[in-house]
Amino acid sequence: MSPSILESATPERAIVEVTPAGRPALRRVREGWQRFRRHRTAMAGLVLLVGLFALALAAPLLTSHNPERQSLSVALRPLSLAHPLGTDHLGRDMLARLLYGGRLSLLIGFLAVGLGVVIGVPLGAVSGFQGGLTDLVIQRFADILLSFPGFLLALSLVAILGVGLQNVIISVGISAVPSFIRLVRGSVLSIREQVYVQAAHAIGQRRSVIIFRHVLPNAMAPVIVQATLSLGFAILVAAGLGFLGLGVQAPTPEWGTMLGEGRQYIFRAPGLTMYPGLVIFLAVLGFNLFGDGLRDALDPRMSRA
Amino acid sequence: MAAAVSLFRQYLAQRLLASAVTLLGVSVIVFLMVRVLPGDPAQVLAGLLATEEDVARLRVDLGLDQPLHIQYGVFLARLAHGNLGRSARTSQPVLEELKPRLRATLTLAVVSAVLASFAGVAAGAFAATRPYSRFDYLLSLVTLFGVSMPTYWLGLMLIIAFAVHLNWLPAAGSEGTASLILPTLTLAAFSVALIARMTRASMLEVLGQEYVRTARAKGLGETLVVARHALRNALVPILTVIGLQFGTLLGGAVLTESVFGWPGMGLLLIESIFSRDYAMVQGIVLVFSSLFILTNLAVDLLYVAIDPRIRYA
Repeated sequence: MSPSILESATPERAIVEVTPAGRPALRRVREGWQRFRRHRTAMAGLVLLVGLFALALAAPLLTSHNPERQSLSVALRPLSLAHPLGTDHLGRDMLARLLYGGRLSLLIGFLAVGLGVVIGVPLGAVSGFQGGLTDLVIQRFADILLSFPGFLLALSLVAILGVGLQNVIISVGISAVPSFIRLVRGSVLSIREQVYVQAAHAIGQRRSVIIFRHVLPNAMAPVIVQATLSLGFAILVAAGLGFLGLGVQAPTPEWGTMLGEGRQYIFRAPGLTMYPGLVIFLAVLGFNLFGDGLRDALDPRMSRA
Repeated sequence: MAAAVSLFRQYLAQRLLASAVTLLGVSVIVFLMVRVLPGDPAQVLAGLLATEEDVARLRVDLGLDQPLHIQYGVFLARLAHGNLGRSARTSQPVLEELKPRLRATLTLAVVSAVLASFAGVAAGAFAATRPYSRFDYLLSLVTLFGVSMPTYWLGLMLIIAFAVHLNWLPAAGSEGTASLILPTLTLAAFSVALIARMTRASMLEVLGQEYVRTARAKGLGETLVVARHALRNALVPILTVIGLQFGTLLGGAVLTESVFGWPGMGLLLIESIFSRDYAMVQGIVLVFSSLFILTNLAVDLLYVAIDPRIRYA
């Protein structure tokens, strides 16, 4: 072992090295925010997302219509004062369905990506840190999940689990797992060679403590960026399942399901497909812009050319 | 030279083995798909309309009274003979039903992949030679929209524009070349955007290299510098994206086929999920994944042809 590692193996030194909290961390956050603010497109993404969240949260204030109440006498009405975005084939107010649907679509995105992080990050960390057979098994598992092209993994899982809100979240969440495994494994492989990790080994800390207290916190920046970008992907996939009729079931409003229902009326009422698609597009665009900016702010080395 | 050939063989063997292991893993998941469903797998595979005799025969056929690993062995042996079971809906062999659907999906995916590769590489390379120009900004905007837009929505919007309002192209079906245009554009949009982004980034990096400056200094025309010196060296990361995009195209085909009523495997998959034709679902998922694994293998081997510096690791 080199002298430098032995030097840093004293407990005091190790604590200074491994504790990400404190002033340097605060300064990093401030610097990151300043970099983020200079990123005009990232700010545009943030504004877009804040706007969409505000609209979804303020739904009861913005419309007095019940998004699920049917009224066949006013079916497929064009835009009017009473129904600013018209009504659907069952006479339900489109604006109310879009606003309330946003709550569910955004929630599905967050819960699915949360599931992906909760499963993928520890697996990636253990894979990178342990190496050997554990690494091989976890990597083959990720390979197998990744060999279901794109949308197909979530679709296959829904085919097994059945339709409905909970199964959509599980299916989309599991589809996001392999990318987190790969990402965290890569970060951990480089972090485990750092002096402060070797120092933690040297003072006899347990492996689990080293992984979860010292290695993982330092591997989180790319995870946060990936999670943000995955939110856009999760919303797209969940809406895709809804569009095919395999997602959240009617009459609950959800953007993808609305788009799927509206396609039958594409000739008579194109708005029924235009509006839900537009909000899905804006949400995904927002997360993509925000994620790109976050990448530049949190880790300038990762930013694209 | 001989050492290089033997290294390549070793690499080839490694990659083939890794692909085979992944394929085997996929087959395990596909096998388990039906076993984890609640109820009797024989009933599930036979479909809702099957008689009790049908179910009993299938139970013996599949060896469902055997332990799980023996059942998997039987499944694998049948697979090796191209036997994917029978469709619960039509009672026809899954493989026979799949063949024409596979052809339709491959037509759509390959035409889209070719379109996406040419358009993406051309647009990205053009933007990289004029960084921060108006075209570059426009391309950034278009690619950002391209990767954020739901494929199925783009398809519906194209139908509204070109089939409903302009009446230029058919809204659905698979008759003639005209019916291929809208599905191809829909499916390719996302990939064009990603490939263009990657090409621009990769080209910008390469154009800053010294050998590009040398090529310019010795008086080569800009087109030749870009095409022969820069693009070739920028191609490896671009190829990775194109390879991965083929998978996205296959996955995206499910939604695109559903929008346009294109009679491919994706549409059949959706129909089979709704009619609980699990033998068909298993077959389609297996074919989709195998195609994707083989494409990735082909891309990995192509690297070596394009860039001899790549180590076989």
